[in-house]
Amino acid sequence: MGDFVQLVVSGIAAGTIYGVAALGFTLLWQASGTINFAQGEFVMLPAFAMLLFLGIGAPLWLAFFAACIVSMLLLGVAFKRIIVDPLLRHGVIPLVIATLGLSVFVKQGIKAGVGALAYPFPSAFPAGQFAIAGIEVSYADLGTLLLAGGIVIALQLFLDRTMTGRAMQACAQNTEAARVLGIDVRRMTLYVFLINGALAAVAALLIAPSYLVKFDMGETIGLKAFFAAIIGGFNQTRGALLGGVLIGVLENLVGFYVSPAYKEGVALVVFLLVILLRPEGLLGKAEERKV
Amino acid sequence: MRSLVRLSALLLGMALVPSSFAQSGPVKIAGLVELSGTGTTSGTNFNDGVKLAVKEINAAGGILGRKVEYTASDTQSQPQVAKALAIKAVDDGAYVVMGPVFSGSILVSMTETQKAHIPNFTGGEAAAITQQGDPYIFRTSFTQTTAMPKVARYLSDTLKAKSVAIIYTNNDFGKGGRDVFLKAIAPKGIKVVADISTDPGQLDFSGAVLKAKQSNPDVFFVYTNEEEAARCLKELKKQGVDKPIVGETVLTSQKVIELAGDAANGAVAHVGLTADAPLPEVKAFSQKFQNEYHYKPDHNGLKGYSAMYIVKAVTEKIGKFDGEAFANAMHGIKLSVKQYPGILMDVSFDKNGDLDRESFMTKVVNGKQEVVATLPALGSGQ
Amino acid sequence: MNASSSTVIARPRRPAVPRSRTRLALAAIVVIAFALLPLGLKSYGTYLCSLFCVYLMATFGLNLTIGYAGQMSLGQAAFLGIGAYIAAIGMKAGLPFFAMLPLAALACFAIGLALGFPALRVQHHYLAFATLGFNVLVFLVLRNEEAITGGTFGIRGIPRPSLFGLSLERDLPYFWFTLASTLLLIALLGWLLRSPWGRAFAALRDNPIRAESLGVNITAYTLLAFAIGACCAGIAGAYFASLVGFIDPAPFNFTASLLMLLGVIVGGAGRFLGPVVGTVIIVLLPEWLRFMQNWYLAAFGVAVIALMVWLPGGLLSLPERLASRRIGALP
Repeated sequence: MGDFVQLVVSGIAAGTIYGVAALGFTLLWQASGTINFAQGEFVMLPAFAMLLFLGIGAPLWLAFFAACIVSMLLLGVAFKRIIVDPLLRHGVIPLVIATLGLSVFVKQGIKAGVGALAYPFPSAFPAGQFAIAGIEVSYADLGTLLLAGGIVIALQLFLDRTMTGRAMQACAQNTEAARVLGIDVRRMTLYVFLINGALAAVAALLIAPSYLVKFDMGETIGLKAFFAAIIGGFNQTRGALLGGVLIGVLENLVGFYVSPAYKEGVALVVFLLVILLRPEGLLGKAEERKV
Repeated sequence: MRSLVRLSALLLGMALVPSSFAQSGPVKIAGLVELSGTGTTSGTNFNDGVKLAVKEINAAGGILGRKVEYTASDTQSQPQVAKALAIKAVDDGAYVVMGPVFSGSILVSMTETQKAHIPNFTGGEAAAITQQGDPYIFRTSFTQTTAMPKVARYLSDTLKAKSVAIIYTNNDFGKGGRDVFLKAIAPKGIKVVADISTDPGQLDFSGAVLKAKQSNPDVFFVYTNEEEAARCLKELKKQGVDKPIVGETVLTSQKVIELAGDAANGAVAHVGLTADAPLPEVKAFSQKFQNEYHYKPDHNGLKGYSAMYIVKAVTEKIGKFDGEAFANAMHGIKLSVKQYPGILMDVSFDKNGDLDRESFMTKVVNGKQEVVATLPALGSGQ
Repeated sequence: MNASSSTVIARPRRPAVPRSRTRLALAAIVVIAFALLPLGLKSYGTYLCSLFCVYLMATFGLNLTIGYAGQMSLGQAAFLGIGAYIAAIGMKAGLPFFAMLPLAALACFAIGLALGFPALRVQHHYLAFATLGFNVLVFLVLRNEEAITGGTFGIRGIPRPSLFGLSLERDLPYFWFTLASTLLLIALLGWLLRSPWGRAFAALRDNPIRAESLGVNITAYTLLAFAIGACCAGIAGAYFASLVGFIDPAPFNFTASLLMLLGVIVGGAGRFLGPVVGTVIIVLLPEWLRFMQNWYLAAFGVAVIALMVWLPGGLLSLPERLASRRIGALP
């Protein structure tokens, strides 16, 4: 029983990180119809930025905030202006292909410019474990859970409870109607891209200590975010967290009780089942086909 | 239409790329190394070791008066890429081929160098490599069959372990080593209470470590590649494991210590080569390497460097650039550091291409690898 | 949220396959030049040329899926892998290459149908998702089912076939054999697209809505295009296994699918010869531009983005684009 709870706790912790990356992914889709296949590289880049700032002597918190700003400018503003805006009018697929190209560019550019070696990354939380009622929980898992979970919930509250947040949702649901209502659609869309940049930096901070910083570290987290987003519901922000946690927990349980070899396969099987049986996702609403 | 013209122009252009059959001028050495993928750490170290040796050799006038021209290509840690690059090295007229380091890759690429009668040095440690009957293959480090008995002896004699939990990577290197390790501990009466396979490039070791921990062993034996070893050590620390953690070669290597940080402290491993060996030649090498590349070499750096000097020593011994003569001369050769300082440690090769020399037990103390014991070469006792 | 039609970009009305005598003659010259090329090359050059042919088979298939049916497939490498493993396992068991080849093709066709049917039933871009997931899953199975696939150790010593008693063991005969097979496959695809039955594919490419109104069953044809594309990759896989002589899961990962997809799109999806240009870029050009090393792929990534912005029809649409600009027909 202790094992089980321990596995679930660390699974939820891992899952919330997937959820953070997945959340950005769904937000982008909602706000601009962008399926961002470079989401994994969006997590990798701030990790390298943080290493850079740590390298010049900044403490971790400062490096994180600096990386956040870099990420919001580069992966938020620049990404939107240079790639998304000019391509949006062509429809979904050219944009998808451009993000695939972007993922190749970022990954290979880092490999060519920085190198293919892995680098260590300091954990934001102390090492070690503590026991509650006989169940051992590590500080890292608890910290991740609190930080990532807190951010997701805060973002959800922001979207639901504030004027700006509601305006953003309105833009996502019906761009034309939002415009008629006097909402500055361009600005709202830009906010979403900024939020995605910041979320990527958070995911990088949490995932880098265990994954190690490396040019291809985004492959796994990118796929997980992608699966989590679709499992939860592509067009529902709440779905991202659910999808992420579901993947994290199931992976841990299957890895321990069934076979570690197919741990990575868990997300896939759930994902394929969802696509086949409930394509709009667990929490999603079906979108009618538009021509 | 124009595309067709462009295409044909391109293809013809490829055909016209000059190919050199140089018999004089610089002598070509081809490196097939893991510069990306799961073997990046190993391949980069090995490659930099070779490069450093080549630079020194050229500065000192080359081999038999000819400069060495070393070209490295990236196998991406993939066997079929390594094989293609081996074909290319043969085409380019390489005198000797260095690498790949990964056992899985060399097992596939070595047939090409064998067909072309080109001596091929590998960093691979899987026992199978020198059991193929290939007279052109030579190791730059111990085989697992030599190393594992030394680890087994350490477990039973020093640690008095009665049970062990094994975590290994499921590839030629990890699985091969685990099989040899199982054979080595069987006569010592050590029980295997957990035998856990992990994937190459695995990111999350929480399940593997939890499972190993539940089996409550006296000792943990971790046998994976560098990045995985670091992740595993971190997870062991995270889950509060306080039993001895033992490995072979990789576990206490430089990159693992760097990546795992505090979590590496206390880990023990048998290593064939280490930059911390208490030998003046090795110390000098380590210093030169750090001046050149700004990081501390691991065992693969020493492998590449010493292998390149072995090429120089043996070529000068036979007095010509002849792959077949080179291979013949290598079998049964004994080289001493006194005569050839670049080889770093006294070494001898047997008829299969396996080598023998001293080795070390190392332990990570305060983020540094320390040599706790020097073990004699197997052949020295006879 | 404009989930506009997810078919691939430019749709000028063109015949399914370009035809004209001069073109045919020129194509013949290029093919003959290419066939003779390895006579001036050493083993590695010949190996690359054979590899080029192998990937050409896979990308021609992929072009049918992307270009004609307008579907993103991110799983072509998985089908390549399935074909390669079926051929390798069969040949290691002593079965002849020519028995395994149709088996690999059929298996991929069937799996393509099974995967595409449910995914296409729902929404257009779901095939991209499903194939991506499928590719990762196939990779895991290849790596983990060690008893059948050899796991990370792979399968060594895969033989090359012999044809009418002639051994294709040596590099040059094997290259000619692969080239001939590739040409045959391309000719078959060309014939298929030109046949009355296959014209529906071109109609589907040019305007799916109109095609539907003309009575083309869009879902059925899209599914068929996907399955035939998968089948081509399966065939390519069998040649791949025999060419390299060793297979492990690595070349069949998601990244390989991604490169093939981007190659076809860069070349010009929906253009019969688009895959040729694309495959040159992903297989041959890196060799030629070796001095660029890792920057090559980075530059390729940038090129993909730039192409999407300025020339979404791919490189082969450049002449048309320039021509139309001269006339001033297009903005």
